[in-house]
Amino acid sequence: MTFINYAAREINCKIVFYGPGLCGKTTNLQYIYDRTNPSAKGKLISLATETDRTLFFDFLPLDLGTVRGFKTRFHLYTVPGQVFYDASRKLILKGVDGVVFVADSQEARMDANVESLRNLEKNLKEHGFDLATIPYVLQLNKRDLPTAVAVDELFRQLNFKGEPTFEACAPQGTGVFDTLKAVAKQVLMELRKK
Amino acid sequence: MSDFLLFDEEFHLIKDVISRLKTDAQAKVVFIVDKNGQQIAAQGDIESLDTTSLASLTAGNVAATDGLAKLIGEKEFPVLFHEGERDNVYIAIVGQRVILVVIFDEHSSLGLVRLRVRKATQDLEKIFDTIQKKVETEKDRKDLDSPFAEITDEDIDSLFRD
Repeated sequence: MTFINYAAREINCKIVFYGPGLCGKTTNLQYIYDRTNPSAKGKLISLATETDRTLFFDFLPLDLGTVRGFKTRFHLYTVPGQVFYDASRKLILKGVDGVVFVADSQEARMDANVESLRNLEKNLKEHGFDLATIPYVLQLNKRDLPTAVAVDELFRQLNFKGEPTFEACAPQGTGVFDTLKAVAKQVLMELRKK
Repeated sequence: MSDFLLFDEEFHLIKDVISRLKTDAQAKVVFIVDKNGQQIAAQGDIESLDTTSLASLTAGNVAATDGLAKLIGEKEFPVLFHEGERDNVYIAIVGQRVILVVIFDEHSSLGLVRLRVRKATQDLEKIFDTIQKKVETEKDRKDLDSPFAEITDEDIDSLFRD
């Protein structure tokens, strides 16, 4: 649910990074945070456990600039990836405008990817959203690992509707901004339709 | 799900209500957040506060508490109160849609804040009802130009240039 503030001439959109545990959602946000001009970003908030696993969410507000006289703000959130945090995960999807699914390319995580994607679809439905129509981008992360499955295979198993798909290596930043740009573009295009 | 639109007129009405509440409750800061974590308006000493983070964490807090409420068979917990050494935070849900947050210290008291919030909540509910109605009628109005109706690929690319 986009928040258009005519009084302050601002538009606020919410993007959620989804995916299985340890797939690199937080690392995506961390990279975006590190590489963004200080004037364009707020604080990166991480509600994490002592071992740095996301407990509730990470949050990063980004000002992307002005479009047609409106300040464009994106609020980036991650969800906790671990299976047993489903109740928290569901809460974060409330009012989402666009979703990035971060898949872990390692062979051993294929089942976890598929399970998380199904979980995303189910949780979106509970909020009245449809994965088939919501702005959505797939990121194939951890491409640098030797155990990474071939891109074709990942694409076949995880690409849901021909959504834009990016290969990434989040700690080095490969594919991170391409992913963000693709989802932001879809969200803004969606506004044009309304 | 329809978007949330905030127009000048209601924005000023909201500002008036929270400004009055800040004075009446002798609070330091009063702000309003939507349930998705986006700040709608703020009044008071907000220069030293990261209001964007506050808004997001408040919404997360309310969402988690809502989840808790449902687990034990409650509809919601309409009021949350956090007591600190110096500052306290009083959170009230307005019309199940938005969240009113009052930060206060020893210059005020929980009783006073609770009393004043009750009155302000009623005023705010009316304003948000009006906004809701407006959003519903404006939706069909072709003359309300969405700022994004004519957005181009070029506009979007320009956002990512640096």
